[in-house]
Amino acid sequence: MKKTKLQLVYLTLMMLGLKSVEASDYTLNLMKGVTKTSNDIYDLHMLTLWVCVFIGVAVFGTMFYSIYHHRKSKGHKAEQFHENTTVEIIWTIIPTIILIAMAIPATKLMIEMDDVSESEMSIKVTGWQWKWEYEYLDNGVHFFSSLDEKSNQARKLGSDIDPRTVDHYLLNVDKPLVIPTNTKIRFLFTAADVLHSWWVPDLGWKTDTIPGFINEAWTLVEKAGTYRGQCAELCGKDHGFMPIVVIAMDKPDYELWVKEQKALAQAQLAAADREWTHEELMTKGKSIYTSSCASCHMDDGSGMTGTFPAIAGSSMVTGDIGNEINIVMNGQGMMPAFGSMLSAADFAAVITYTRNSFGNAVGDLVQPSKIKSLQAELVSANDDDDDDD
Amino acid sequence: MSAVASEHEHTDDHHDHGPAKGWMRWIVTTNHKDIGSMYLIFALIMFFVGGTMALIIRAELFEPGMQFVEPQFFNSMTTMHALVMVFGAVMPAFVGFANWMIPMMIGAPDMALPRMNNMSFWMLVAGILMLASTLFMEGGAPASGWTLYPPLVLQTGDALPFAVFSVHLLGISSIMGAINIIATILNMRAPKMSLMQMPLFVWTWLITGFLLIAIMPVFAGAVTMLLTDRFFETSFFDAAGGGDPVLYQHIFWFFGHPEVYVMILPTFGIASTIIPVFARKPLFGYSSMVYATASIAFLSFIVWAHHMFTVGMPISGELFFMYATMIIAVPTGVKIFNWTATMWKGAMTFEAPMLFSIAFVVLFTLGGFTGLMMSIAPVDFQYHDTYFIVAHFHYTLVPASVFILMAGGYFWIPKWTGKMYDERLARLHFWLSAISVNILFFPQHFLGLAGMPRRIPDYATQFSDWNMVSSIGAFIFGFSQLMFVYIVIKTIKGKDCADATDEVWEDAAKHGLEWTLPSPVPYHTFATPPEKIPTEHF
Repeated sequence: MKKTKLQLVYLTLMMLGLKSVEASDYTLNLMKGVTKTSNDIYDLHMLTLWVCVFIGVAVFGTMFYSIYHHRKSKGHKAEQFHENTTVEIIWTIIPTIILIAMAIPATKLMIEMDDVSESEMSIKVTGWQWKWEYEYLDNGVHFFSSLDEKSNQARKLGSDIDPRTVDHYLLNVDKPLVIPTNTKIRFLFTAADVLHSWWVPDLGWKTDTIPGFINEAWTLVEKAGTYRGQCAELCGKDHGFMPIVVIAMDKPDYELWVKEQKALAQAQLAAADREWTHEELMTKGKSIYTSSCASCHMDDGSGMTGTFPAIAGSSMVTGDIGNEINIVMNGQGMMPAFGSMLSAADFAAVITYTRNSFGNAVGDLVQPSKIKSLQAELVSANDDDDDDD
Repeated sequence: MSAVASEHEHTDDHHDHGPAKGWMRWIVTTNHKDIGSMYLIFALIMFFVGGTMALIIRAELFEPGMQFVEPQFFNSMTTMHALVMVFGAVMPAFVGFANWMIPMMIGAPDMALPRMNNMSFWMLVAGILMLASTLFMEGGAPASGWTLYPPLVLQTGDALPFAVFSVHLLGISSIMGAINIIATILNMRAPKMSLMQMPLFVWTWLITGFLLIAIMPVFAGAVTMLLTDRFFETSFFDAAGGGDPVLYQHIFWFFGHPEVYVMILPTFGIASTIIPVFARKPLFGYSSMVYATASIAFLSFIVWAHHMFTVGMPISGELFFMYATMIIAVPTGVKIFNWTATMWKGAMTFEAPMLFSIAFVVLFTLGGFTGLMMSIAPVDFQYHDTYFIVAHFHYTLVPASVFILMAGGYFWIPKWTGKMYDERLARLHFWLSAISVNILFFPQHFLGLAGMPRRIPDYATQFSDWNMVSSIGAFIFGFSQLMFVYIVIKTIKGKDCADATDEVWEDAAKHGLEWTLPSPVPYHTFATPPEKIPTEHF
């Protein structure tokens, strides 16, 4: 019944020429999503929508009847009544009853959504300007997820790339979050710099990530698939460019994925211990610069006057290498601390790259092994801080 | 003034002092009509400044991909568009109407505090100029949304202290305006006019005045804490120092929610003034309208956290703010039913003010419906921070507040100038506005439901079509408003315009004191209070 009514609305809109069916990638209505919560939300949304439609038809119907019939040009004489306590009471009480009827299911659902108990695993999500960090608290998998390179190139002002040719433009990431199906997952949300909000419409909710505080939410996805969303709280210039991709996998596939991730982490650790050549570091550094640095310091290292300093010709970058490492490691002002964000090899590569690109030609390099030991100091220093508290 | 008065010709029935000569008249004037005009003209200019920013936004969003501006500048535009429209256009416009009409509606010679009146106008100008100057500063204008949420707002460049001080100036200006209006209404009514005989516009402004006095200091306090967090090492909103970023949101919305009612209550007042005149019937349920307005104002103080359902409040908080918000639908519904009942069995005509007012009732109700939908906390976890909310509040601001400002302009301009505006053009202006405003904002409901977040400069391709439709609507709407300027200027010049009668609208004198005055209205009115109060609404 509901469906036929909606189809009727679509049909009317189509006839009005407002909607081209061919390109109907989009929807007019809220999506149902893939969780019980999102379906309950959809039902509640439809309930309130129909209540509104019903009241709207009644009120506007009366009004338009009046506008049509009670007009001076039709010779209607104005009556002079202007008060009726009974009707005032009626149209106070009836809406109140309707509201109470709506509040009951809403309360039930709200309580259900709030209950994170009996979750089987936990994922900590940290919002950064402008990427997401995922940490699987049960198995130690840990990575960052940011806008994929194709979208990132296409979204630049004057890129001349048609977004329509980019696969899942602005809704694709380099490394998606993978979750098992049929598992109640608890999410813990926090942020490293400013507010963000983690939103995947198919899961049915968004939750703000707040620096210094931890928020909770949960989900249980039954159907394997890829679900996309993005940051929903204004978080600075690239707010529109930090999407979320969640891949729900059946349990065996998920276990396999976890194994792969662990092997990958091992390989990364090993990579830090060997000796790297200058060329290797420069090649890797270029890609790390593009994904981690260019959004502020620009592709050509020119920065943005007044906000983001230039890399090209910077006395900081071309000066003592220890100073540069220190700033990248610990951050400064708006510059985030990359110490825990980049692997030792990536870190060493990007330092080497910035010192020898954009017209900078210091000629030196830093080995990943050096960075690895610095990162180890950073971790132990942080642990000491915690002990002091 | 005595020098001016001696130059001026005295007549028997009026003891008229004309306005001072030259441009200094506008700097030093204490006349409520002059100040009202300045507020209205200033608001109209700001409406186009804010509108230009909106068109920059809509131009960028016309197609996916970045075509015209950098994301940071886009964020500055969304932020400044809101601040300019709220503090520079809509609020001053209502203060302008208050200045012009409240003394004339209650039979007072002027505002109670005329010198302060002048000062509050010029502080408004100073505040807005200071705000606008941030556009040219290093690091750009504030780009953290008009809500100025920390920590993001603390990343603003040189503009931050200027934005904060401009909020202080605008706040002082609003508070002085509110004090003046309250003092005028409570002390300067014609002796025979009781509170429950005041026109609804006066009532709504009385209540709005109290709202303003209550909330502007709160906002000033919140932004001052931002200032000290940035420059004096405090950590009100920084968890590392024991603060809480969400605290700012609570304080801001304690201001922010009543603030949106500051923009809508006078709207209700003007609509309740216009509809009875063109329905040729008294307003239905006058006293329930007053009580509903007061209830809405009270409720506005206890619903603030419905702007923050997703910040991680405890369940009891979520439920309380959900219930409190839902209740607002009751008094708001009463108002809409009353307007409908006012039209019922009237003898309606459809001049421009009535057209805008009817469109207001219908389209504001649409905005109210989406408001009701968003009050349901669990569902708001989907709607929050999407284009659905953008559509919602624009429906309650543009085809509501702005339409009623247009309606008020057409309604009273014959009284102010003594000339009738061009009705044919005004109706064209109405139809262009009413159609394009829906092309502009209705598709934004679809976008929000389909998953497009607000405040993004670029979007995924499945949002392309409706964004394009919305942008087309925006440009039609924006340029249609130039008609209003043309019509107003034409009326003020008065060439080829019919003279307005004293009553202007048929039997209007039954509805309000302002229609008992001559058209154009003399520089000074009601030097002696009127003997007879129109009692149409009893």
